[in-house]
Amino acid sequence: MRDAESLIEAMADPLRDLLAARGIAEPVLVGIHTGGVWIAERLRQRLGIAAPLGQLDISFYRDDFSRIGVNRQVRPSELPFDVDGRHLVLVDDVLNTGRTVRAALNELFDYGRPASVLLAVLVDRGGRQLPIEANVVGARLKLMADQEVQLTGPEPLQLVIQQITL
Amino acid sequence: MSATHIQLDSHGRLLHFLTVEGLTRRHLTDILDTAESLRGVAERRVKKLPTLHGKTVVNLFFEASTRTRTTFELAAKRLSADVLNLNIATSSAVKGESLLDTLRNIEAMQCDMFVVRHEQSGAAEFIARHVKPHIAVLNAGDGRHAHPTQAMLDMFTIRRHKPDFPHLQIAIVGDILHSRVARSLIHALNILGAGEIRVIAPRTLLPAQVETLGARVFYDPGQGLRDVDVVVMLRLQKERMERALLPTEQEFFQRYGLTEDRLALAKPDAIVMHPGPINRGVEIDSRVADGPRSVILEQVTNGIAVRMAIMSITLGNHARPAGGTV
Repeated sequence: MRDAESLIEAMADPLRDLLAARGIAEPVLVGIHTGGVWIAERLRQRLGIAAPLGQLDISFYRDDFSRIGVNRQVRPSELPFDVDGRHLVLVDDVLNTGRTVRAALNELFDYGRPASVLLAVLVDRGGRQLPIEANVVGARLKLMADQEVQLTGPEPLQLVIQQITL
Repeated sequence: MSATHIQLDSHGRLLHFLTVEGLTRRHLTDILDTAESLRGVAERRVKKLPTLHGKTVVNLFFEASTRTRTTFELAAKRLSADVLNLNIATSSAVKGESLLDTLRNIEAMQCDMFVVRHEQSGAAEFIARHVKPHIAVLNAGDGRHAHPTQAMLDMFTIRRHKPDFPHLQIAIVGDILHSRVARSLIHALNILGAGEIRVIAPRTLLPAQVETLGARVFYDPGQGLRDVDVVVMLRLQKERMERALLPTEQEFFQRYGLTEDRLALAKPDAIVMHPGPINRGVEIDSRVADGPRSVILEQVTNGIAVRMAIMSITLGNHARPAGGTV
């Protein structure tokens, strides 16, 4: 078990620097349900971003719907701002295959045409199946195929590494 | 096996949606919660989700309907499915093709879902029993039996305005006897634990032993409407009058029509619903239908999200291998 708060702290400075380097004065954070929303809200506070948080539930955009059906825990996506021309920072807890990010990008573009999208993740555990990389990473973990990393929260936020049966 | 059973798989998941009768509260709240997540799609730039991309939905309508067919069509399209509208009343039925032959022919076109409306009770269930296992069947109204998606959009609309079901008093007014909407509505309200369900109608328009459905009977709207939270008006079908079940439209309006005076008996924040299409001046006064407490058009909008939810849940359950995690 690891404390996720310190990792979020480690994400804040690089994200702030990256936004400054790109001349992005008014970014909007968009968290991917559920863990991504918790992290995005904390980053929003640390970076002092006034704009409200966006929340994406990508359940209806998954590429494995034909295998898993409807996610019972699905929640509404909410982007309480105009996406057109905005600089967005997509936030998720764990980056693995890249499929979730692919789905999130597709959903974002159904709301409008953002000026840019950055990706910030708490943990990059490798194993990419798509050409997707994060701009900001809290920690890189080397995990076995039978290990799973999960963020539990919202209070306290903790990273849990578990053995799973394959 | 009843319609209740054939619509569930061995794990109790919905494969078809034929009736709300026999479903659990969990089934219904899953549909309502999923619909809640789908409602916002209509407000986006791109009113479309990729969920059913590559699937083909066939609207199989043996009985005329504009609104129901249109909202099913829109629901399927907003989930990226392809939609085929077949109005059988005007095509093969007149050429003498049997229902099963029609079915086999459409199946041969590699479809994934049938949305069925038929004047005969049990038609959707019959089709569900005979289709190939990968096909989901939704009942869009069968005879006097059921209209479950209408009941679910009504539940969705009520829940958005009045979420406290155990303390709700709901009055259903009009032709209960011939109404599949009323039957499905009463079942759904009972499953979700609604406080009190009242039916208000003349004796000739009430089914025998309506109390056994779990509803309190009133013949007089002056009593039945008192302090209710929700008023559901039913469409009065003109052909009933021809069969002498009723006096004239004017008399019906005099005795049962929802006017502002009658609505004043209900709670001050009561909402007025109607499955449509409305008969102005027969079961409902225009001032009420167009008034601030009417949610009739909202029901139409909600119908799309609710049908999207039912389509994605049933097709999703077909896709998942039995025994997979729920």
